[in-house]
Amino acid sequence: MILVWLIGILMGGGTAALVLGQWNKTIPRWIALVTVLTGFLLILIFWMDQYQTIDEHSADVWLIDFKRDWILSFGISFHLAIDGLSLLLLVLTGFLGILAVLCSWKEITERTGFYYFNLLWILVGVSGVFMAMDLFLFYFFWEVMLIPMYFLIGIWGSENRIYAAYKFFIFTQASGLLMLLAILGLYFIHGQNTGIYTFNYFELLGTVIPSGTGLWLMMGFFVAFAVKLPVFPFHTWLPDAHSEAPTAGSLILAGLLLKTGAYGLLRFVIPLFPVAAAQMALPAMILGVIGIVYGAVLAYSQTDLKRLVAFTSVSHMGFVLTGIFAFNELAFQGVVMQLVTHAISTGALFIMAGMIKERLHTRDINQMGGLWSRMPKMGAIGLLFAMASLGLPGLGNFIAEFLILLGAFKVSIWITVIATLGLIFSAVYSLRIVQKIFWGPQDGYGNIRDFSLREILVMTVLTLSIVGLGLYPQPVIDTASPAIHKLVLLLEADKSNIGKEIKYQESYVR
Amino acid sequence: MSDNDFFALTPLLLLSGSAVLIMLLIVAKLSHRIIQISSLILFIISFSSLFYIQKILPYNVGTLFVVDGFGVFVVGLVIFSGLVVNILSYIYFEEKEEGPREYYVLLFLCTLGASVLALSKHFIALFLGLEILTVGLYALIAYLRGRNHSIEAGIKYLVLAAFSSAFLLFGMALIYLETGAMEFQDMIPESAKSLSHLFYTGLGMMLVGVGFKLAVVPFHMWTADVYQGAPAPVTAFIATASKGGVLAVLLRFFIAIDGFKFSPVMFTLTCIAAVSMIFGNLLALRQRNLKRILAYSSVAHMGYLLVAFIPGNLMSLQAVCFYLFTYFVTTLSAFGVVIMMSGKNDDAEDIDEYRALFWKHPGQACILSFAMLSLAGIPLTAGFTGKFYILATAIQSGYWPLAVILVLSSVIGLYYYLRVITAMFTGNKNTIPEEREKHVFFFRTGMLALSVLGAMIIWLGIYPQDVISFISQALVTSDLLFTNF
Repeated sequence: MILVWLIGILMGGGTAALVLGQWNKTIPRWIALVTVLTGFLLILIFWMDQYQTIDEHSADVWLIDFKRDWILSFGISFHLAIDGLSLLLLVLTGFLGILAVLCSWKEITERTGFYYFNLLWILVGVSGVFMAMDLFLFYFFWEVMLIPMYFLIGIWGSENRIYAAYKFFIFTQASGLLMLLAILGLYFIHGQNTGIYTFNYFELLGTVIPSGTGLWLMMGFFVAFAVKLPVFPFHTWLPDAHSEAPTAGSLILAGLLLKTGAYGLLRFVIPLFPVAAAQMALPAMILGVIGIVYGAVLAYSQTDLKRLVAFTSVSHMGFVLTGIFAFNELAFQGVVMQLVTHAISTGALFIMAGMIKERLHTRDINQMGGLWSRMPKMGAIGLLFAMASLGLPGLGNFIAEFLILLGAFKVSIWITVIATLGLIFSAVYSLRIVQKIFWGPQDGYGNIRDFSLREILVMTVLTLSIVGLGLYPQPVIDTASPAIHKLVLLLEADKSNIGKEIKYQESYVR
Repeated sequence: MSDNDFFALTPLLLLSGSAVLIMLLIVAKLSHRIIQISSLILFIISFSSLFYIQKILPYNVGTLFVVDGFGVFVVGLVIFSGLVVNILSYIYFEEKEEGPREYYVLLFLCTLGASVLALSKHFIALFLGLEILTVGLYALIAYLRGRNHSIEAGIKYLVLAAFSSAFLLFGMALIYLETGAMEFQDMIPESAKSLSHLFYTGLGMMLVGVGFKLAVVPFHMWTADVYQGAPAPVTAFIATASKGGVLAVLLRFFIAIDGFKFSPVMFTLTCIAAVSMIFGNLLALRQRNLKRILAYSSVAHMGYLLVAFIPGNLMSLQAVCFYLFTYFVTTLSAFGVVIMMSGKNDDAEDIDEYRALFWKHPGQACILSFAMLSLAGIPLTAGFTGKFYILATAIQSGYWPLAVILVLSSVIGLYYYLRVITAMFTGNKNTIPEEREKHVFFFRTGMLALSVLGAMIIWLGIYPQDVISFISQALVTSDLLFTNF
C-alpha cells in the first residue's frame, strides 16, 4: 500500500501545485518541496524498517506486493512490487526529487505551477517504472515520464529547447513503441503456450520462446532501454536534451531517466529472455566499451559545460552496459553502485553547471576561468565531484567502476582492458573541467557571489552522500544483493539448460 | 411492416422526423437560438431512443435493415457526433452573414444517412444511406458561400463523391449480375476458388467507392482541401460520422460475404492500410494548417482502423468498435477547439493562431493537447488504448509487418502532433475572437461539451474496461453472422 501512497502523494502534490499556482507563484515551490520530502521520508523509513530483514539467501526477494485488477479483458492488473534493487532506486528518486525542487527554487520564476506539476509527474513516472510488475503498467509509466519531460525541456529550456525536446520525445517514444510490440508478442506467445493471457511479470517469467522469436522480442526491449541508457549508436538525443533542459531537468534526466534504462535491462531483458540475452552479451559489452571510450573522447572535445557533462554520462553508462552483460554477481553489484553514484556525481555537476550559468549567463567553458578565487567554495566542491567522476578511490564512483571491471575481467580480459582505458580518459576530461573553469586567468566577470545558503545545503548533502558511499557502500550492496543473487541464480540455471532440447509449442508467427 | 419493425427503426424515424420538424420551425421564422436548442433536444431524444430499443436486438427489418448491437453502437456514435457538432455550431454560425438555420436540417439528414449506412444489410439500403449522407454533405461543405475555399471544397467533394458513387453502383451491379442477390448474406460465394472475375471486379470497384469515402490512400486527394474548405463543424462531422458509417457498412458487408478469405482482396486492403498509414503521416509533416494536419492524420487513422479490420475475427471487430469510439471522441474534441477559436471571417487554421494558447486559455489548450496526444497514441489518453487494442489484434493474428508499419508511421506522426502542442506554449499572442464574449451561454455550453470530451479521452486512457465490456456486450446482441464469427 505504501507504494500506492507514494505515487498518490506525488500525483496529488503535482496537481495541487498546478491548481494553486494559478493564484500564487511561490506556493507551488513549497507544495513541491513538502511533497517530495514526504515521499522521500516515506520510502526512507520503509528502507530502515526492512534493512534488518533483508537476507541474501531468502527465497522471496519481494518486499511488498500490491495487486488490483485493472483491465480484465486483457489480463492487465495494477501490480506494484519492489525488491532491494527497486527500493534503492526509489530512495534515489526521492533524494534527487528533493534536490531538483531545491535547485529550481530561484531558476524558475515563470509559470511555477505548471513547472512543478511537470517535475512531480516525471517523478511519478520514474517511481512507477521502478515498481510496476505488470508489463502494460510498466509501459504506461514508461510513457508517463515522457510528456512532462517534454514540457520541461520545451518550455523552460535554453535557446535550442524545441529541437531538443522533439528529439528527446521522438527517440524515446519510437523505441518505446518497439518495446510495446515486443511486450505484445510476449503476451501472445505466453497466452498460446499456457492459455493464460496476462501481462503479469511473474507469470511471464520463464515463458518458453522459440529462439528466433526470442531474439527479436528481446531486441524490442533492448532498443527501448538502450535509447534511454543511452548505448552508443542511440545516444544522440542525450547531449541535446541534457544541455537544453533547465537544471532540474538535466538532473532528473541524468540521475533518474537514464537509470530506468539500466533498471529495465536488469529487471526485464535478462530475466525474461535469458537465452537471447546471453546471445547478445558479447555485442552488448562491446557496445558498452565503445560507449565508454567514445563518450569520454567526445566529452573532452566539448566546449559547452552541460554537453560535456552529458557526454561523461554516455561514458559512465557504458560501464553500466558492460557490467550488466558480464552476467556475474560482482559486476551486477558494481552496476547498482554505479547507478546510485553516477546519479549523485553527475547530478552534482549539472547542478553546478546550472549555478555557473545563473551567474555568468554562459555555458561555454572557454569564457570561464579563474573562478576558484571568486568562488572558493564552489571550486572545492567542483574539484571533489570532478574527482568523483574520474573514479578517485574514496568516492562512490570508484567502488562502482572497480566492481564492474572486476566482474567484466572474469568474462573478457580485452574488453576490461579497453574499458579501463576509459578511466584514463575520464581523468583527462575531469581535470579539464577543473582547469578551464576554476583555474587559469581571471576574466572580468564583475560581481559574482559564492554559494548561497540553499546551494550550500544542496551541495553538502551531495558531498556527504558521495563520500559516504565511497567509504561505506555496504548498505547499498546489502540491499541490492538478494535481487542480484536471484538474477545470478536464474542465469546459472539457464546455463545448465543449454544443450538440452527445449521443447515449445510451434510459434504462431505468420 | 409490423409494429415491431417501426419500433426497431425508431432512431431513424426520429432523425428524419426531426429534419422535418426543424424545417417547419424555420418556416415559422423562429430565431437561430430557438432552432439550435430544439435541434439539440431532438438530437438528445434520438440518442436516448437507442437505449429504448435495446431489448429487441438483434432485429431484422425486412431485407433492408438489421438493427443489432453493432449497428446501434455505430448509430450511437454517429448521433453523438451530430449532437456535439450541433452544440458547437451555434457560436460558429451565429456571427456569419448567411442564415444558419437550414444548416440544422442538413445536419439531421446527414446523421440520418450515416445511421442508415450503419444498419443496412442490402445494397439498396447501402446506396440510399450513402446518398442521403453525401447529398447533405455537398450543401454543408459549401455552406459558407461567401468563402472561396468553401465553394471549391464543395465542388471537389461533389465531383469526387459522385464519381465514387458511380464506381460503387457499378460494382454493385456487377456483383448482382454474378450472384443474383442484393442482400449481403445471400451473395456468399460457395468457395473462394469458384469466384468469377466479374465478382472480383465488382468487389474491386466497390472498394474504390468505399475507399473514396474513407479517404484512404490512394483515394485521399480530396481530404485536405475539403477539410480545409468546409466550415469547421462540418469538417468535424465529415471526419467522424461519415467515415464511421461507411466503415460500419464495409465491415458488415465483408463479414456477410466472408470477404476475409479472398486473399487478393485482403492483400489489396493490407496494402491500402500500409500506404495510408505511411503517406497519411508523411503528408501531414509539412503542413502548417491545423485542419489539413487533421485531414492527413485522419487518412493515417483510417489506415490504423484497417489494420484492426484485416484480421477479421471477433477481436478485430471489438478493436474497430473501440478505436472508432476513441477516434470519434478525440477528433471531435480537436475540431471542437478549432471551432471555438474560429473568428468571424476565418477559421482558426494556421498553427500560429494557437501560439501561447496555454497561457491565455489553458482550458482549450489542455483539451487540444489531450486530443493531439490521443491522436498520437500516447498513454493516459484514449488513443493509446485504441492503438494498443489494434496492435494486440494484429499481433494475435500474426500480422507483424502491419504492426511494425503502424508503430513506425505513428512515430513519424508524433512530430506534427507535437508541433501543435509546441505552438501552444511558445510565442505570445492569442485571444479568443471577441464575439465569443457575446454568447456567454453558448460559449459555456461549448466549453462544457469540450471538457466532457477531454475527460472522456483521459478516462478511456486510464480505465477503458467499462467501454470494452460495453462493446463486447453490444456485439453479443449482434446479428448471427457476427456472433458466429
